[in-house]
Amino acid sequence: MLNAIWETEGLQTVGIVVLVFASIKLLHLLGLISFSEDSVEDELELSAVRHRPEGLEQLEAQTRFSRKELQILYRGFKNECPSGVVNEETFKDIYSQFFPQGDASTYAHFLFNAFDTDHNGSVSFEDFVMGLSILLRGTVQEKLNWAFNLYDINKDGYITKEEMLDIMKAIYDMMGKCTYPVLKEETPRQHVEVFFQKMDKNKDGVVTIDEFIDCCQNDENIMRSMHLFENVL
Amino acid sequence: MATGVAAWLPFARAAAIGWMPVANCPMPIAPRDNSKKQDELIILNVSGRRFQTWRTTLDRYPDTLLGSSEKDFFYNEETKEYFFDRDPDAFRSILNFYRTGKLHYPRHECISAYDEELTFFGIIPEIIGDCCYEEYKDRKRENLERLQDDQEENKDVKIPNMNFRETMWRAFENPHTSTMALVFYYVTGFFIAISVITNVVETVPCGSTSNQKDMPCGERYTVAFFCIDTACVMIFTVEYLLRLFAAPSRYRFMRSVMSIIDVVAILPYYIGLVMTNNEDVSGAFVTLRVFRVFRIFKFSRHSQGLRILGYTLKSCASELGFLLFSLTMAIIIFATVMFYAEKGSSSSKFTSIPASFWYTIVTMTTLGYGDMVPKTIAGKIFGSICSLSGVLVIALPVPVIVSNFSRIYHQNQRADKRRAQKKARLARIRIAKSGSAKAFLHSKHNGLLNELLELTGTEEDEQKLTKCTSLLESQHHHLLHCLEKTTGHEFVDEQIYEQNCLETALQTFPSRSPSIVSHDSPVGTCCGRRGRRNLPLPNASLPPALPVPAHQGPLQELSASTYSAGDPTVTHASRSNLNLKTDDSSRINCKSGRITTAIISLPTPPALTPDGDGLHGPPLRRPPPPAGQPGTPSIQTTTSSANIIKVSAL
Repeated sequence: MLNAIWETEGLQTVGIVVLVFASIKLLHLLGLISFSEDSVEDELELSAVRHRPEGLEQLEAQTRFSRKELQILYRGFKNECPSGVVNEETFKDIYSQFFPQGDASTYAHFLFNAFDTDHNGSVSFEDFVMGLSILLRGTVQEKLNWAFNLYDINKDGYITKEEMLDIMKAIYDMMGKCTYPVLKEETPRQHVEVFFQKMDKNKDGVVTIDEFIDCCQNDENIMRSMHLFENVL
Repeated sequence: MATGVAAWLPFARAAAIGWMPVANCPMPIAPRDNSKKQDELIILNVSGRRFQTWRTTLDRYPDTLLGSSEKDFFYNEETKEYFFDRDPDAFRSILNFYRTGKLHYPRHECISAYDEELTFFGIIPEIIGDCCYEEYKDRKRENLERLQDDQEENKDVKIPNMNFRETMWRAFENPHTSTMALVFYYVTGFFIAISVITNVVETVPCGSTSNQKDMPCGERYTVAFFCIDTACVMIFTVEYLLRLFAAPSRYRFMRSVMSIIDVVAILPYYIGLVMTNNEDVSGAFVTLRVFRVFRIFKFSRHSQGLRILGYTLKSCASELGFLLFSLTMAIIIFATVMFYAEKGSSSSKFTSIPASFWYTIVTMTTLGYGDMVPKTIAGKIFGSICSLSGVLVIALPVPVIVSNFSRIYHQNQRADKRRAQKKARLARIRIAKSGSAKAFLHSKHNGLLNELLELTGTEEDEQKLTKCTSLLESQHHHLLHCLEKTTGHEFVDEQIYEQNCLETALQTFPSRSPSIVSHDSPVGTCCGRRGRRNLPLPNASLPPALPVPAHQGPLQELSASTYSAGDPTVTHASRSNLNLKTDDSSRINCKSGRITTAIISLPTPPALTPDGDGLHGPPLRRPPPPAGQPGTPSIQTTTSSANIIKVSAL
C-alpha cells in the first residue's frame, strides 16, 4: 500500500515538475526571462576614427585650391565632422539637408561612392578636397570623367541602362512627391531612353567613356553648364 | 536647412555637375557672389571676457542679435569690438550655439537668468538640443509652479468686504484665520475623538451584573451611550449644514469626498432613529453601525499627513493595480499547484483550489497561520517556493509607492516652508518700499528746508541740511516731484492717507477744521517756532473767525487754507500754488485778505511737534516781504518728522 502512495505521489510530483518547467520555458520564449549572461547585446564600441589630413602644402600641390581656400574648406569640413572623416550615414544626412522635400539618400549613396575614391567606406578630407578640385577647378574633360565615374556604379567602364535607371530614379527621388507636372512611374525610364538615344552611338546598349565624352562635347547645353559652378568657392 | 551645413553648400553645388549630362534643358544662371568679403574675426567683449569668432559663424543665424545688424548698437569704436555688459558664463553656451548649431543648457545656471540671456540675444529656447531639453523643461516647470504658488498665496489675503458666507467658508477651510475658526476646529476634532472612542468602548464587556454574564458596555449603559452618540451626531450635523451653507458651490461641495464621508458618518444614526423597532431590518441596522467607523476619516481634515497618504494612494493607483494583478496571478498559480500536490494525501485541508487560496495568501505574505499545512513532499517543496516568491512579488511595487509618498510629502513641506519664508520676504519688500518712499518725502522736506535756508541765508544751517544724496536719488526724487506737479497731488504716507479717509468720513464741517496759522495751537507752535522768529505773523491780526478745532486730540490738527473771496482759479491749493510768486500772493492778498493754510500733520503726539528729533520747525516759504504791504500772507507749511505735508483746500 505504501508503494501505491509513493507511486501516486511520485507521478504527481513528476507531472507538476514538468508543468513548472514548461511554463518557465514559455516565459523564456516570450522574452520575459532570459538566462544567459551575454544575452544582452554588447554595444559595439564605435572606435572613434580619427584622421588627420596631409599637410597644407601637399594638398595645395595636389589640388587647385589656394591656401586660404583650403583653410576655409577644412574649417567647414571639420566643423561638421569633428573626427575628420565622413562615413556614409553622415554624408547622407548632410546631403539630405539640402533637399528637404525629397529623399536624397540614394543619390547621396552614389555620390559617396564617387567621392570615396579608395573605397574604404569613408571620405576623408583629401578625398573631399580632391573631388571638389576636379569639380570646381578641373578641365571639362576631367569633369566629364568624374560624371561618368558617378554614373558607372560598378566601375566597369560601361554605363548600362540599369545603372542609368538607378541613377535617374535617385535623381527623381530627390524631387519628392510634390512636383509639377506630376511625376509618373515611367518618367525616369523615359528619361533614360532619351539619354541613351543621345549617348549610345553604336546602339550596343551601353555607353562607354569615349562615347560619353564625345557626345557631351558636342552638346552645347552640357558644355555651358559645365562652367556653371566655377565661382562657387 | 541647418546652417551648420552651410559650409557644405559649395560641395553640394559642385556635386550638381553630376546632373548636367543627364539634363535635357539648359541650366539657369548661377547667382554671382559679388560681395567677396574676406572672412574676418570679430571680437565680442562680454564683461571683460573676450570671445572671438568669425563673422560668418555669427551670420549663420541672422534673426538673432549677434547675427543681425542689431549688434552694431553695441559696437565700441575705440576698441573696435562689440561690448556686451552681460554674464560671460552664460554667453559661452550662446556662442557655442553659433558654432555648433546646438544650444545647450548648463545645469548650474539659474533658469530665469538663462532665459533672460536667451531673450536678450534673441534666441528662442525651443531650439535647445535634445540632450538638455528635458532638464530645461523640468526646471522651467518648477519655476512656474513656484510662481503660481506665490500667486495663490496672495489669494489668501483677506479681501475686504467679504460677506458673511465667504468669511465662514474661509474660516472652515483655513482654521488659522480667526480665533473662532480655530475654536471650531478643535471642538469638532474633540467630538470626533469622543465619538470614535465611544464606538469602541461600546463593545467592551463591562463587569457582569449579578444575574447575567458579561455584557458589552453598550448594552449596559444604553442611555448614556445614546446620549453621547446623539450629542456627537448633532455637532456633526450642524457642522455639515454650516459647511453646506457656506460653500461657494454647493453642488461641488456635495460631491467632494469629505462631504460624503460626513454624510456616511451621520447617516446610520438617523436611519437607526427611523427604524428602531423593526425586527426584519434590525440585522441590517446593526450592519449600518459599522459605518460609524467612518467618523475616523473625518480626522483627515485635521491632519495633513492623512491627506497626503490618501493622495499618494490615489496617485499610485497604477502601481497598486500592478501589485494586485501580479499577486492574483501568483496566488492562482500556486493554489492550483498546491491543490494538485496535496490531492493525494488523506485528510488534506486543500479541498479545492479556492480553498487553497487562503493557504497561498497566508504563505505569500509570510503570515503562516498554520491552519493549513501541506503534508506531501511535493506540497512542501512548492509551499516553500510559494513563500519565497511571495516576498519578492510584494516587495517590488512597494518602493515605487514609498517614493511617491516621499515626493508628495516633501513637496508639501516645501510649500509650508515657502509660505513661512514668504512672510519674511514680503516684510523685507515692504520695508524697502517704504524706505524709498520715506526717502523721497524726506528729501522733499530737505529741499524745502534748503529753499528756506537760501532765503534766510543762514549758511551753517544750510550745510547741515545738505545731505549727500546720490545723483541717482536726486534725479529720482526730481522725477517724482515732477509727477506731483503734473497731477497736482502729492505723495503721502499710508497712515496719513488712512486718516484722511477716516476724516472725510467723520468730518462734517470743513469750516470747522481750519484754524489760522497764527493760532496758538501746538501746530501753531510748530509752525510758529521758525515763523515767530523770523516773521511777523500778519494773520495774527485777523480775528479768529473760525473756531479752533477742538477735537483734534493726538491725531492731528488741521488748518485749512482757503483762498476765499473769489479767485476762482485758485480754488485748490496745492503746495505749488502756495509757493506763489510774490506778485501773485500779493495780488490775492489784495483781493481777499484771508489766506489760511491747511496743514495736516502727522499723528505724532503733540509733544513731538515742537520737534524733538531735530526737525527744525517748519520751513517757511516766505516771499520776500514787500515792505509796507499789509497783510502779507505768510504761507507756511509745516513738516513734522519725516512726513507729510499735505496741504489741501477744504
